[in-house]
Amino acid sequence: MLPLELKDVCFAVNGRNIIDCVSVQIGAGPRTIILGANGAGKSVLMRLCHGLLQPTAGEIKWRGGNGNRRSRQAMVFQRPVMLRRSALANVVYGLKLAGFAAGECDLRARDVLEAVGLERQADRPARILSGGEQQRLALARAWALGPEVLFLDEPTANLDPGAARDVESIIAAIHATGTKIIMTTHNLGQARRLGDEILFLSQGRLVERAPVERFFRAPAAAEAAAFIKDELPWQ
Amino acid sequence: MTDLIRAFAEAFDLISRLDAKLIEIVALSLAVSLTAVAIATILGLPLGALFAVGRFRGRQMVIVLLNALMGLPPVVVGLLVYLLLSRAGPLGALGILFTPTAMIIAQAILITPIIAALSRQTIEDAWHEYEEQLRSLGAQRLTASVTLLWDTRFSLVTIILAGFGRAAAEVGAVIIVGGNIDGVTRVMTTAIALETSKGDLPLALGLGIILVGLVVALNAGASVIKEAALRRYG
Repeated sequence: MLPLELKDVCFAVNGRNIIDCVSVQIGAGPRTIILGANGAGKSVLMRLCHGLLQPTAGEIKWRGGNGNRRSRQAMVFQRPVMLRRSALANVVYGLKLAGFAAGECDLRARDVLEAVGLERQADRPARILSGGEQQRLALARAWALGPEVLFLDEPTANLDPGAARDVESIIAAIHATGTKIIMTTHNLGQARRLGDEILFLSQGRLVERAPVERFFRAPAAAEAAAFIKDELPWQ
Repeated sequence: MTDLIRAFAEAFDLISRLDAKLIEIVALSLAVSLTAVAIATILGLPLGALFAVGRFRGRQMVIVLLNALMGLPPVVVGLLVYLLLSRAGPLGALGILFTPTAMIIAQAILITPIIAALSRQTIEDAWHEYEEQLRSLGAQRLTASVTLLWDTRFSLVTIILAGFGRAAAEVGAVIIVGGNIDGVTRVMTTAIALETSKGDLPLALGLGIILVGLVVALNAGASVIKEAALRRYG
């Protein structure tokens, strides 16, 4: 279904543009990091792309084949929402909604739980897992669908460094299976580790798009340079 | 003071030897109120989910009305059901006035809004938490409603018990549509009202003790279940 094309996309609340006239084409392959300060509009832009919000102006189109079928894209949120049932049942729930055959769901769910290291927690209630385990479960639930595109909204913002590392390595593994990664973060280290290209947002506007290495070495936009400097004051 | 002590002593005596008349009244009370709660639950929970998740014109007004209906005076419900079921009323041909069926109908009308309004609040709170995740997974509103009903099940049990408490404790509606006929439509609350006015305090007090004990026991049970479930499932 990629590439994803945004044409003059705006999202306004009470007359104020949270997203201000963003045009961009996001293709298959490189991991795209949406970077920006708090309130820059990263999460809103991601929800627009995923279809949870509708733009108030402009249009968003999936240019490739397969249309914008829901089951071909998945999203992992900053704070995972777990249903009051077992870890396994949470994954199966997503698979059933995506139309997988009942017999296939259980097997597929167990495979993906193993891939994120939660096979021993499969039958435990999801809501009493630790924060890190819940986020890995959220990744498993999304990964199980075999999405072409995976959106991640600050997936490690609430986690301690160890749990964040686990999540990062799972994201790398999902990318390695051919899934396009689109992720927001305000963590520069993470953007460097996980990203191939950066979309830099400032006050709802897309001010720079660059390969990761070039972005950090020589940001073109003044806002981007200032952001990097603020985040890495010792440089 | 001695009257009070004697009344209590006789009340406990009636309870301890499972007095037949007492048992009959308690059994009818439970049958009527439990059936009413079952009906109100079947109607109220889907309504609660609909108003929690649905988006339609006039939704806010419907919710205000529903919340207001929680305070319906039982005597007014009794009067309305009486008018419907009385011989000259639109449903008079059914001939069910002064039967337990009429009492069940009145109590169901009384507590359906309670269960619907309270579950609406609970389910809507859960919907705020779950909405983006469920929509992201492709759940339509109907699927989402079923998921939310299941995920809030422990809170909903408490709500259903609140409904039962209200039904078992009200007297205004059942006395009007039931008529408090001995052996036919006499329940705990109507019996207490009657026996007190007749001066048979021990029977009234015995019934009162059972009624209060029942409501306390049910709520204690519900809170134990809820606590255990929340510890178990988070």
